[in-house]
Amino acid sequence: MGRFVARRVFQMVLVMFAVSVLTFAIFNLIPNGDPAVRMAGRQQSASTIREIRREWGFNDSVVVQYVKTMEKVFTGDLKSYFTQLPVGEEIVKGLPRTLSLAIGAALLWMFVAICFGLYSAVKAGKFADRFLTIIALIGISMPVFWIGALMNHYLGFKLGWFPNGGYVEFSEDPFDWAYHLILPWTALAILFIGFYSRVLRSNVLDTINEDYVRTARAKGLGERRIMIRHVLRNSMIPIVTLWGLDFGAVLGGGAILTETVFDLQGVGQYAAEAIGQLDVPPVLAVTMYAAFFIVLLNAVVDILYAYLDPRIRLQ
Amino acid sequence: MTPLLSVEDLRVSFATEEGVVQAVDGVTFDLAPGEVLAVVGESGSGKSVTAMTLMGLTRSPNARFEGTAHYKGTELIDASEEELRRVRGAEIAMIFQDPMTSLNPVVKIGAQIVEQIQEHEGLPDQQARERTVELLERVGIPRARDRVDDYPHEFSGGMRQRVMIALALSCDPSVLIADEPTTALDVTIQAQILQRIRELREETGAAVVLVTHDLGVVADIADRIAVMYAGRIVEEGTLDEIFYDPQHPYTWGLLGSITRVDRPRPERLPAIPGLPPSLADRPEGCHFRPRCPHEFAECVKVPPLEARVAGQAQHLDRCWLPADEKKVRREIQPGEIGLAAKEGTPA
Repeated sequence: MGRFVARRVFQMVLVMFAVSVLTFAIFNLIPNGDPAVRMAGRQQSASTIREIRREWGFNDSVVVQYVKTMEKVFTGDLKSYFTQLPVGEEIVKGLPRTLSLAIGAALLWMFVAICFGLYSAVKAGKFADRFLTIIALIGISMPVFWIGALMNHYLGFKLGWFPNGGYVEFSEDPFDWAYHLILPWTALAILFIGFYSRVLRSNVLDTINEDYVRTARAKGLGERRIMIRHVLRNSMIPIVTLWGLDFGAVLGGGAILTETVFDLQGVGQYAAEAIGQLDVPPVLAVTMYAAFFIVLLNAVVDILYAYLDPRIRLQ
Repeated sequence: MTPLLSVEDLRVSFATEEGVVQAVDGVTFDLAPGEVLAVVGESGSGKSVTAMTLMGLTRSPNARFEGTAHYKGTELIDASEEELRRVRGAEIAMIFQDPMTSLNPVVKIGAQIVEQIQEHEGLPDQQARERTVELLERVGIPRARDRVDDYPHEFSGGMRQRVMIALALSCDPSVLIADEPTTALDVTIQAQILQRIRELREETGAAVVLVTHDLGVVADIADRIAVMYAGRIVEEGTLDEIFYDPQHPYTWGLLGSITRVDRPRPERLPAIPGLPPSLADRPEGCHFRPRCPHEFAECVKVPPLEARVAGQAQHLDRCWLPADEKKVRREIQPGEIGLAAKEGTPA
């Protein structure tokens, strides 16, 4: 198991290196126009551009440019020429908000999807199953920005049951923190609940017909124990994989819409604003940050997978 | 001796897209304590369905059951799930055909056995684990104490089947149902597994229902044999009666298709011509009629399962041919028991 983890971490470093080269190429090597001009953003002066050219090494070879760019990204030396704010600090400021949103939503969608998916599978073909299928399809079909805006308008603004956007630090007041996040969590989770409950339902229906479930029944175990220990545990393996990947994707950009709709001021919203202002340095940094979380969660999923399914460990 | 398990006119049918499939059609048999009954037949003869129905494992919204199966005062066919749970694993235990898929791949084998012991006897963890190690040793798993925490994929097929046997024996059942326990295994392993079942049966005194398609498998181990064809028992008798005085042409065919090393090798392996009927659309009367070279007018009526041989009161069969006639017919090929080819068809 230790060797498996070590190998996976090494692979992760390699992938990150490849990602960094690609990101560098996308932002600095694309033809047409001067990268320094792009970097400087909308309000630029000749002196800024000269400064950028020198600092980023745009007059030097590609290798030097790459090294200098990565140096800036990883030392937190990067700053936005548009807002004059250091990019690293902005990301660190937004990260707890994005993490709060992503972790809460991921737990919510997993929990509800297990309940729906399992119930749907047990009642397969009956009314409850069809009803949940329709609900799931509606959930999958509703875009976050739409359902988020509706929730904000009706539950937040009109009824006043929930705060109208905004974020409270967990350390300040955990209840207020959760209270502010309920709507964003729900809005973000709805899509995944629909999707995951469908996948889990079909996994459970496949697993129920496995020989070892028949063995469990022949052992005289109760139906609840059979479902949880023998059916659900095996059906969950692919779901956990999906879960990790989607969690990484939400951290690395999937939360942009939700954060913007509910004004959470997380990394996603920061990225969205930077894109809107054609502010290259934050976009560059957020791209690397997103790639990092996706690669990290991929590795975590592989390791988790090996833990959940002992057959994987041998290979 | 009063039978331990008494099955009376068991009928099982399934509603499928092709119509109603009558998988088991009036099966009746008794199982005495400590006895080994072999149920033999081709694929689709209803032998596995019969076995699994006794455990309530064929229950589904599409299944219909008739008849009774009495086990120590419990009626198994009508029993509630709750009643069945107390019987399953504790009183009647089952070994399945494919040991590669019959164990949960993500649970340690020891835990899978402990789980059953605790379900029925509520032993504390440590005691249940001790019993599990003993069981694994008894079925012949080397270094059982180390291997109890291994996962199924770390065992070979034969070893997994031993784990299944240990599982089945864990609560000292009175009846062990083995559904083709050796079919998925190598021939050499088959012999070991059968040997082990035989030894354990002698040690524990459990009665065994051995379901198989291979008459060769039962020769060493069975006390009685029931031959099934298309959902019905077509012949039933002691091992000697079935092997040395078979009455039903289908049994002749089964016996004829055993390869024998002590006889000259035939040019082609003898086989019963034709295919078993679809259970959704079975021929009227004797189901074996279309494949039987000895068919005559009487065969359109269903032959009852009854004793037809003088002096063999427990030897039952379903064939209209007079017993004397059978003696002549089955010796068509001198020295061999088997079916002659149908007239006009190449042998």
